Amino acid sequence: MSKSMTLFDKIWDGHTVKSIENGPSVMYIDRHYIHEVTSPVAFLGLEKRGLNVANPQKTTATPDHNIPTQDQHLTIQDALSKNQVDKLMKNCKNHNIPLYGLNHKWQGIVHVIGPELGLTQPGMTIVCGDSHTSTHGAFGCVAFGIGTSEVEMVLGTQCIMQPKPKKMRIKIDGVLSKGVTAKDIALYIISQISTSGGTGHFIEYAGSAIEGLTMEGRMTLCNMSIESGARGGLIAPDQTTFEYLKNREFSPKDQKWEYAMAKWALLKTDEDASFHKEYLFHAKDIEPMITFGTNPGMGTGVTGHIPLAASLVENERVTYEKSLQYMGFSDGDKLQGKSIDYVFIGSCTNGRIEDLREFAHFIKGKKKAENITAWIVPGSKQVEVQAQEEGLLAILEAAGFELRQPGCSACLAMNDDKIPAGKYAVSTSNRNFEGRQGPGARTLLASPLVAAACAISGKITDPREYLN
Amino acid sequence: MPIEKFIKIQSSAVPVKIENVDTDQIIPARFLKAVERKGFGDNLFRDWRYDKSNNPISGFPLNEIKYSGQILIGGKNFGSGSSREHAAWALYDYGFKVVVSSFFADIFKGNALNNGLLPVQVTSDELSEIFEAIDTDTQATFSIDLVQQTFTIDPSDKVIDFEINPYKKECLLQGYDDIDYLLSLKNEIAVFESRE
Repeated sequence: MSKSMTLFDKIWDGHTVKSIENGPSVMYIDRHYIHEVTSPVAFLGLEKRGLNVANPQKTTATPDHNIPTQDQHLTIQDALSKNQVDKLMKNCKNHNIPLYGLNHKWQGIVHVIGPELGLTQPGMTIVCGDSHTSTHGAFGCVAFGIGTSEVEMVLGTQCIMQPKPKKMRIKIDGVLSKGVTAKDIALYIISQISTSGGTGHFIEYAGSAIEGLTMEGRMTLCNMSIESGARGGLIAPDQTTFEYLKNREFSPKDQKWEYAMAKWALLKTDEDASFHKEYLFHAKDIEPMITFGTNPGMGTGVTGHIPLAASLVENERVTYEKSLQYMGFSDGDKLQGKSIDYVFIGSCTNGRIEDLREFAHFIKGKKKAENITAWIVPGSKQVEVQAQEEGLLAILEAAGFELRQPGCSACLAMNDDKIPAGKYAVSTSNRNFEGRQGPGARTLLASPLVAAACAISGKITDPREYLN
Repeated sequence: MPIEKFIKIQSSAVPVKIENVDTDQIIPARFLKAVERKGFGDNLFRDWRYDKSNNPISGFPLNEIKYSGQILIGGKNFGSGSSREHAAWALYDYGFKVVVSSFFADIFKGNALNNGLLPVQVTSDELSEIFEAIDTDTQATFSIDLVQQTFTIDPSDKVIDFEINPYKKECLLQGYDDIDYLLSLKNEIAVFESRE
């Protein structure tokens, strides 16, 4: 009898070129995504060694991290950003790597365009010099972020060396309550297991609440796996996955599609396979979430209070108090009703069409609060076009919002989209670290729905007040 | 490119007693715009080291003359968040050769090892002892011997054994990097590709 295996084992072991005794595995990489920020030094390394890119067609490039989200047809004003984007174009040209540049109809955040184009497919190993590569796990992939040295390895050899992570399964059973989305599941899990709870592990998400998620919701959840410290997170592919992928630009077609579907349908964890760690949560316990501190684990239901510092041990208390001080909050504070200044909709976590749809449907017929500056940034050119075609743009404009152009934008504020020091931003992105959205910026992570409610009322608000 | 060999060092240490030090703090995103690997040390912990007017913030350990050395001691869960290798580059470029914590984020740990920066993981009690040794004498030294895999608190002669993957240990001792090794597997990789 063959040994029971997890889905992760099947993909990992199936891509192991060589195992070094007591050492890392040599892993073959099916798909490599690159962007302007973490690739230039890797290309420089290749050149120094006199190497070519081993498989240019297995790498796809797009600029996203530092680009402006307005007037993209003009020259990039920031000289350093322009230099990085130019370098990416030059490197891709020299090495024959497919690139979707600033004015290409497929440009966008690397983790939005990969799935959207059907480049991300079940069973693949996928890497990118970006920690949110975990997003692609939604398709039943072993996908994870790597450093620049590893980008160089993949370019040069199509392989990297990785110690095999341990396996964790997180099951969420039941039905999500009204107003609760995939983002809330992600923030809830991290608030429960902490930002280091997943470290050393690869997560498989399972259970009826996960099966009920759309592909876009699954991407949001897998995207945030890294915020629990995990190497990545995946979900077994099913009919929802196949329907999403069918007829995408790079999805297999005709007979190849039938063959691929048959192969993908086998990508499941065997019934009696074991995990190093398992968690079970219940969908009914999850509320719309919001964070109050400076790491994604510092979150609570939007109707909640900031936990008391006194309940923590000393080491943790010092860090906790530093965090609340940065945020300008006190422990015990009620979050609802606190005034905010900015709302950011976008990023590889929540910049897909479904996110914009959810936001637009919520604000339809309402008005943006006067104290709010809102940046709504589509995850890709295709999302931008679709938002126009579906009439979302008209809804946004009627409510006093504008749609910007695709890019990572205020998620990490490498471009001009910086939240000013001391200001509060309810953000649909993935990290609330100090200064993440600009020096001194104060970030509160939430779902597009919570962000919409906050944008309308100008303060922290439970979206369910409007839904009932 | 080959990395610098690491065999043993003895040095005083800089304590950063903060937990969950993420890579956005180690090097903020706005300093990731270089296309070459140089100068990142200047912006190490930029927003904890300098205020808005670029004046050093007093009290932050890197700004305190009493602290120095090639070893950084950090709180639990060091290096979480972004995969930016610039974090390892910034620490190394600043002059650190060893980072000690009771827990490291995975990607950071890999990046550090790929750049000759040794992550030493100790227990939380040992971490407290190390911080105490520095509190008692800011110039207290510590000895790291990679061959023996030991971290010694010199004032008390306490020896802490640490773990490191044998392959990575060999890479550091010899100054090899992974690409050299992967290139040597060219044929095996080609065989794997032909099976696909």
